[in-house]
Amino acid sequence: MAIFLTEDSKVIVQGMTGSEGMKHTRRMLASGTKIVGGVNPRKAGTTVDVDGTEVPVFGSVAEAIKQTGADVSVIFVPPAFTKSAVVEAIDAEIPLAVVITEGVPVHDSASFWAYAGEKGNKTQIIGPNCPGLISPGKSNAGIIPADITKAGKIGLVSKSGTLTYQLMYELRDLGFSSAVGIGGDPVIGTTHIDALRAFEADPETEIIVMIGEIGGDAEERAAAFIKENVTKPVVGYVAGFTAPEGKTMGHAGAIVSGSSGTAQAKKEALEAAGVKVGKTPSETARLARELIKG
Amino acid sequence: MDLFEYQARDLFAKHGVPVLDGEVIENAEDARAIAERFGGRAVVKAQVKVGGRGKAGGVKLAADPADAVAKADAILGMDIKGHTVHKVMLAETADIKEEYYVSFLLDRANRTFLAMASKEGGVEIEVVAEENPEALAKVSVDANEGCTAEKAAEIVAAAKFPAEIADQVIVVLQRLWDVFIKEDALLVEVNPLVKTGDGKVIALDGKVSLDENAEFRQAEHEALVDHAAANPLEAAAKAKNLNYVKLDGEVGIIGNGAGLVMSTLDVVAYAGENHGGVKPANFLDIGGGASAEVMANGLEIILGDADVKSVFVNVFGGITACDAVANGIVQALELLESKGEAVTKPLVVRLDGNNAELGRKILTDRNHPLVEQVDTMDGAADRAAELANAK
Repeated sequence: MAIFLTEDSKVIVQGMTGSEGMKHTRRMLASGTKIVGGVNPRKAGTTVDVDGTEVPVFGSVAEAIKQTGADVSVIFVPPAFTKSAVVEAIDAEIPLAVVITEGVPVHDSASFWAYAGEKGNKTQIIGPNCPGLISPGKSNAGIIPADITKAGKIGLVSKSGTLTYQLMYELRDLGFSSAVGIGGDPVIGTTHIDALRAFEADPETEIIVMIGEIGGDAEERAAAFIKENVTKPVVGYVAGFTAPEGKTMGHAGAIVSGSSGTAQAKKEALEAAGVKVGKTPSETARLARELIKG
Repeated sequence: MDLFEYQARDLFAKHGVPVLDGEVIENAEDARAIAERFGGRAVVKAQVKVGGRGKAGGVKLAADPADAVAKADAILGMDIKGHTVHKVMLAETADIKEEYYVSFLLDRANRTFLAMASKEGGVEIEVVAEENPEALAKVSVDANEGCTAEKAAEIVAAAKFPAEIADQVIVVLQRLWDVFIKEDALLVEVNPLVKTGDGKVIALDGKVSLDENAEFRQAEHEALVDHAAANPLEAAAKAKNLNYVKLDGEVGIIGNGAGLVMSTLDVVAYAGENHGGVKPANFLDIGGGASAEVMANGLEIILGDADVKSVFVNVFGGITACDAVANGIVQALELLESKGEAVTKPLVVRLDGNNAELGRKILTDRNHPLVEQVDTMDGAADRAAELANAK
């Protein structure tokens, strides 16, 4: 088992024919992901040769689903077109839409999130501004490098891409059930809580590593959720203790506003919920290692 | 991006939110003609992006044109909570009877928008929320339905605004929603929204924060950027499309990925506790797939910071290959040296992940006297802090 993404997942790529889309379609295919098609209305009916694999291009997400049974879409389209791409995925009722694009206006994200709700939440959205998710050895939807680690018993959920890679690397000998990058924007689809709930229910996941950062109160809410609902051990890490108030630190959502959204408050909330919080990524890895061996 | 009051006022006016006549100036003498145009009296308001300027003496009533010049002269150049006043706005005076509060903002937790409204305006809304929470109405606004007349009426009712101004506030709320949506704002706030002696509702002071991710469809917002206030290093970094924030420490930081760079700052600060309290000098994320040029641009900014005593390059190669990063560092040093910019600050480099061994070998072979490699992030942070402290 894994969460959200398995060896049976059939993946399409919206924006496959763009440069980023093509680069990562190649990588996803190489790591064993079942890529069943791309979407581009102007190139519908053609196929693209991706390192020897003929990938069909469909005119719409709905058409791709009809022809291939696709159940995951990875979205690489530029910010100006992201909202309409996500709306199309929602209209086609694809079960999972992974939005990699960075720089999506927050009004657009709020709009497609509300739209998914109006349509009965049939599409789970991950992102935007995220690296996607990987279930090592099974499938990879997004830009997480597949060769860092193998399948194992750690579940990881993170706002940050490179910190995800760092932790996967430090714990590479133990392996991961799934690693989910939920993204660093102020408005995102899948949250820490959604991933924690899924890891709790996943029989293959033994412990959970949760990475947060400054801004908003997602970590505080995750802490409350853990206290009530998670029986598996959780190790946490929070980045941004030294971030000044009022400055956006790279991620659009990473900003301390007044006294809210600080790393200290998040760490304290997690610790109060019984989560062991590492001071550095290495210490976090060490804590995870102790728990999985204990 | 937070706007000045006068810029917020301009956006309000553009979308039909009722405001008073006002004009922004940088020279005190210019206050005279404006005050004359207003009939003599004017309010002189410091333009700073910080709250509490009234209490700090940054807002004064001028009785006549000569007084307006004197007041403007007194306020220009003032320091308000660390912000120097470079501009003042002259505004018409108003006969204020009541002061209210309205705003639209992003509700991150619920991934939607929120209207807030209160009859207790004119004071800091955080204080109202703390001391008298029932006086602050919060009404969720659907991102796709928006603030319709019905929704505006719901907000007015929730805030218990007086019946005689309800219709006016309903219109103000809808127009303010236009500002929020059409300008891609993260916050639009009117405080106070006032009722005047003749029963009119006017936005007397406002705050607007815009979404920088929407720049591609908001070409006019470029003109609102306060270039004068930007730190010169931040401005130089922005011109090169680098994600950089100047901090007040001594260890220059370059890394890839916002999360990893934030984490690097923290780890350096911890390490600094053992090395004379040195701290990170900046945040700099070179992003994924950094080329030699991006690396060179980044290093140039960091090395140009007089506060920097040592540099920590912390890269985890995910998509990025560490050999490319190492080549970038080597080329960056050559590029800077060929420009005659002597590099004198030590660089501590930690490479891990994709092609790390190859990357390390490139740096080892180059054997630059100022470049030192450390295997782990914690170890490298410690060494960078030690070097900064030794300088």
